[in-house]
Amino acid sequence: MIKAILIFNNHGKPRVSKFYQPYSEDTRQQIIRETFHLVSKRDENVCNFLGGLLIGGSDNKLIYRHYATLYFVFCVDSSESELAILDLMQVFVETLDKCFENVCELDLISHVDKVHNILAEMVMGGMVLETNMNEIVTQIDAQNKLEKSEAGLAGAPAHRDAYIFSN
Amino acid sequence: MSDIVEKTLTALPGLFLQNQSVGGPAGVKASFSSRLGNLVRGITALTSKHEEEKLIQQELSNLKATVSAPTTTLKMMKECMVRLIYCEMLGYDASFGYIHAIKLAQQGNLLEKRVGYLAVSLFLHESHELLLLLVNTVVKDLQSTNLVEVCMALTVVSQIFPREMIPAVLPLIEDKLQHSKEIIRRKAVLALYKFHLIAPNQVQHIHIKFRKALCDRDVGVMAASLHIYFRMIKENSSGYKDLTGSFVTILKQVVGGKLPVDFNYHSVPAPWLQIQLLRILGLLGKDDQRTSELMYDVLDESLRRAELNHNVTYAILFECVHTVYSIYPKSELLEKAAKCIGKFVLSPKINLKYLGLKALTYVIQQDPTLALQHQMTIIECLDHPDPIIKRETLELLYRITNAQNITVIVQKMLEYLQQSKEEYIIVNLVGKIAELAEKYAPDNAWFIQTMNAVFSVGGDVMHPDIPNNFLRLLAEGFDDETEDQQLRLYAVQSYLTLLDAENVFYPQKFLQVMSWVLGEYAYLLDKETPEEVITKLYKLLTSDLVSSETKAWLLAAVTKLTPRAHSSNVVERLIQEFTVSLDTCMRQHAFELKHLRENVELMKSLLPVDKSCEDLVVDTSLSFLDGFVAEELSQGAAPYKPHHQRQEEKLSQEKVLNFEPYGLSFSSSGFTGRQSPAGISLGSDVSGNSAETALKETNSLKLDGIKKLWGKEGYLPKKEGKAGDETEAPPVPQESIIMESVDQTIVKKDQSQVLTQSKEEKEKQLLASSLFVGLGSESTINLLGKADTVSHKFRRKSKVKETKSGETTSTQNMPCSYFSSSSDVTYEDDYYLDTLQDRGDKELNKFSLSSELLDSESLTELPSAEKLSSCTESTPSLFTDNMEGLHTPSTVASVANEISLASSLLEETSEHMHSDLVEVCDNETISVSSYKIWKDDCLMVTWSVSSKSGLELKSANLEISPTENFKITEQPGCCLPVIETESIKTFQYSVQMEKPFTEGNLSGFINYQMMDTHSVQLEFSVNLSLLDFIRPLKISTENFGSLWLSFANDVKQNVKMSESQAALPSALKTLQQKLRLHVVEIIGNEGLLACQLLPSIPCLVHFRVHGDVLALWFRSSCSTLPDYLLYQCQKVMEES
Repeated sequence: MIKAILIFNNHGKPRVSKFYQPYSEDTRQQIIRETFHLVSKRDENVCNFLGGLLIGGSDNKLIYRHYATLYFVFCVDSSESELAILDLMQVFVETLDKCFENVCELDLISHVDKVHNILAEMVMGGMVLETNMNEIVTQIDAQNKLEKSEAGLAGAPAHRDAYIFSN
Repeated sequence: MSDIVEKTLTALPGLFLQNQSVGGPAGVKASFSSRLGNLVRGITALTSKHEEEKLIQQELSNLKATVSAPTTTLKMMKECMVRLIYCEMLGYDASFGYIHAIKLAQQGNLLEKRVGYLAVSLFLHESHELLLLLVNTVVKDLQSTNLVEVCMALTVVSQIFPREMIPAVLPLIEDKLQHSKEIIRRKAVLALYKFHLIAPNQVQHIHIKFRKALCDRDVGVMAASLHIYFRMIKENSSGYKDLTGSFVTILKQVVGGKLPVDFNYHSVPAPWLQIQLLRILGLLGKDDQRTSELMYDVLDESLRRAELNHNVTYAILFECVHTVYSIYPKSELLEKAAKCIGKFVLSPKINLKYLGLKALTYVIQQDPTLALQHQMTIIECLDHPDPIIKRETLELLYRITNAQNITVIVQKMLEYLQQSKEEYIIVNLVGKIAELAEKYAPDNAWFIQTMNAVFSVGGDVMHPDIPNNFLRLLAEGFDDETEDQQLRLYAVQSYLTLLDAENVFYPQKFLQVMSWVLGEYAYLLDKETPEEVITKLYKLLTSDLVSSETKAWLLAAVTKLTPRAHSSNVVERLIQEFTVSLDTCMRQHAFELKHLRENVELMKSLLPVDKSCEDLVVDTSLSFLDGFVAEELSQGAAPYKPHHQRQEEKLSQEKVLNFEPYGLSFSSSGFTGRQSPAGISLGSDVSGNSAETALKETNSLKLDGIKKLWGKEGYLPKKEGKAGDETEAPPVPQESIIMESVDQTIVKKDQSQVLTQSKEEKEKQLLASSLFVGLGSESTINLLGKADTVSHKFRRKSKVKETKSGETTSTQNMPCSYFSSSSDVTYEDDYYLDTLQDRGDKELNKFSLSSELLDSESLTELPSAEKLSSCTESTPSLFTDNMEGLHTPSTVASVANEISLASSLLEETSEHMHSDLVEVCDNETISVSSYKIWKDDCLMVTWSVSSKSGLELKSANLEISPTENFKITEQPGCCLPVIETESIKTFQYSVQMEKPFTEGNLSGFINYQMMDTHSVQLEFSVNLSLLDFIRPLKISTENFGSLWLSFANDVKQNVKMSESQAALPSALKTLQQKLRLHVVEIIGNEGLLACQLLPSIPCLVHFRVHGDVLALWFRSSCSTLPDYLLYQCQKVMEES
């Protein structure tokens, strides 16, 4: 499962932090600091994985990506595939980009709640919920529409054909 | 895509400086005029941490005023929450806002509610008390007709939800599994998964619904259910083998592109789903040929299809390879997978290379030739600029180390070690080097020098086992005495050289190791006299850089050397200096030395040469104090009371509450704490003579039964307790190597020769040949890494005995523990037995029911003769089965022999309950059987190894693999150099559960050598359940009451009983016998039970029978125990 998702900038200032495991406030800050410390000193042309370093035990690994001024870091346990998480991260960033129309660090700060909502559509309780960008954007849009109208009892439109899936 | 993101992100710093009116490139920036924007801008403008703190504190106090003002609208509150979230993220305390976040989630409209929920899930943690206030909101929203509200509620449930409130929402969420919208179903599945994680027993009954989710017509819901299945299969794969077909079918459909195009990611069909399925298949097919056969086709297909050159294809390939190597092997697939690994390892992409190395590390145990194939790449990776790649390579090398390549590999590791600064890496690597060095060291010099490097680099961060094991190894030695002496001598010489070096500082632990070795073995030196060694130690003693703990070690070494130093002024000076030391410990040591010096004979007998492995005879009963105690008692001294008794007295003096189990319930006046279960009422009384008064009030009949704790003149101490006290003695600690230091001096070592690596192919080839030596096909057996017993140079002796750091220290330890409280447990037992008896007598008169129960209790607690005989009877039959398959007369004879031995074995243990002897593994020469003995204080697992054939087995060694769930202690006498022909040897391990769980596996292996030095290894495993660790807890009702109130974790559940046992006695009997619960008390249709999880986690149970429902209420000091116990209860109730 995913233990935490962190976004901080080149100076180590946290921009978004979401923990899927109960940690005390101090531990959270320590994790952010340590993660930044580890990730920031990595060169550009090295691998995107850091194994067995923090958040309780060698089972955990960090998977990170550096986009311009921001570091996106996923802390996961051994049951997640590194490469798949890397792509999930890409989906996340692309979704942010789509929702904010060219996302930048500022968007993340001023719309922290929106970022968290997007995240909640992708990852729920540490589990990957949805990986299709269009699907996520549709969900977010549908919710926004509902919230704006404040009336809607109609649900999100069904946009996936039901598929025969039985064994 | 990512390019666009990067471009816009680069523009960011400029944006911060832009004025509001200019506006961002996108319209979204309009809302940045908010106060959060101001705050963020303010912070960005600041330069120092201090200023930031000031600004945020200011902001927080503003916010505090705003949120608590009654005029604040929900809309403003929402805005405040976003700012609070920001402050919290930066690490400032915003706890004053938590309650408002909950309020916002409760009262707000959709938009505000969402922010409220978000704030709650970011601020609070699972056990936060405020979370209870959220439960109602969640329940309301789950019932809402608005989809968004339901979604929000489900999301928050899956993030944080109080465990004890799960029953409140469980039915609602279960209903959601049938919801018409797939997104709701999907979220409901994940919410249930969360429940499965935090309280597995509460979702036991809906496993069937998970299956339905797996067959859901929507792919998303099915994918969500895979999370649950992955988890459950990981815990217990055998229960889900029947689903293999379904998973294979699903994967086939996915791989075959049968999913809607929606699920494609870079034209790969549902890659995340594929990965999840492959992982599940890997778990299911592990060591199971039949199941594995089902999946060969689809794995082959996956490997074939994944040819596109995208990142995510590699993710699938990697998973495929992993699965292929996890399941029962099929050569064709292995070949293909090996090719794939090649693709990874040789890839120019660094991420793929990393994964390739990981895959290699994983498969190397099965297929060592693969490492040979890629040896040049591995050599290149050793010099890779990325330290992570390097570390992974070392990990790989660690797996292929053997006696031939050890020096090169350890040297590479030491090189890496010297460059790394992170503690985690140092600890990890140092442990590995020490392990390898012990196993494969080519000679003494190399071993000592490598360990020196380990100690100086690993120093104060390394695992304390490393120095302990090293010293034990030195002390216990090997088979050859002269070689031992040479090793010791070499160590001594090398340390003396190290100490000669000027201005070099060694870590404290290294100094401690040195001082112990010098103290013990400096006598082996011919040239240097003890005086010279003492002088060197003295120099260290006076150094400021040496911690006081190390000084104690040094002084101990000096003390050991003194008897051999004929005349030493240094010792004289040292005594003078330290007898006035401010450090009391040092002063004591110095005085001891001073007095010992006055009696040389005594000193020599106290500090014998090279006797560190001999056992010290200690009078643990402290019988020499008996006279003194008797004298004191006769002079009117108060008898010793153990700590808990004193505590109890104090408590009963303070407490005005009386626990009164029998009487008509009367309200617990003045008591505001937790409620006790119905029927057990708390009486309050002001007088100290509480028991009696309370009794008079309720029912005078009970007076005779109640144990008289308090009389008119106060507490009535029990006699047997007193008598037992003085004779019981504390165990004297034998272990004296306690290593903890804080200093962080890491010293570069000189002896690790840095091998210069030129880029020339030739040198690499050379290195390769030295690294991969012994990996060829002709020596494959050696390659099995740790199973390689033949070449173990320094194989640790598996003695349980702890290494003593010399007699001095042990003796010094004794005085401190003389007067520590004596063994409480024994005392308590007496006490409880006593109460039990009293109670039993009384109950016999009053309740025929409970007397019956108490009788049956004694049956379960002390094994009856019947049971015993059934056990022994079953043993021979077990072997008769065996005999049918065996033909050679010698084997039959040995089996017969086995029977008698086995039964004698079981007889030995007959004072405890035990399970039947079950064969866990066997081959043509050896058979291993196992049984469990449920001792009162631990679970003993015994493996009896019998040799079947007429051959003699050498160096038989049984090892139990450590698991995180169990603490395993070996019983003495388990290493057998030789198992004689046709004999039985037993290995006993006491096992303790580290944390509660339902079931666990204890696996291990036995290896032995045949006459022809051919080494064989045999693996086995034994299943242990929670019940193996549950013992009755014999406590009185009073104690039950006070314990009940002191425990915070409780679980309640109703369990249906089958008709046959729908009465209290039969239900009780089941619980008592199957779960080993102790019946404390029966009151009408209610009862109190107590048990403990070994070693000492108590769990109390209150139960009540209504018709065919058994209402169980558990409380314990451990948060998870009640859940697991409840699960066991449900199980036994269902079974019976």
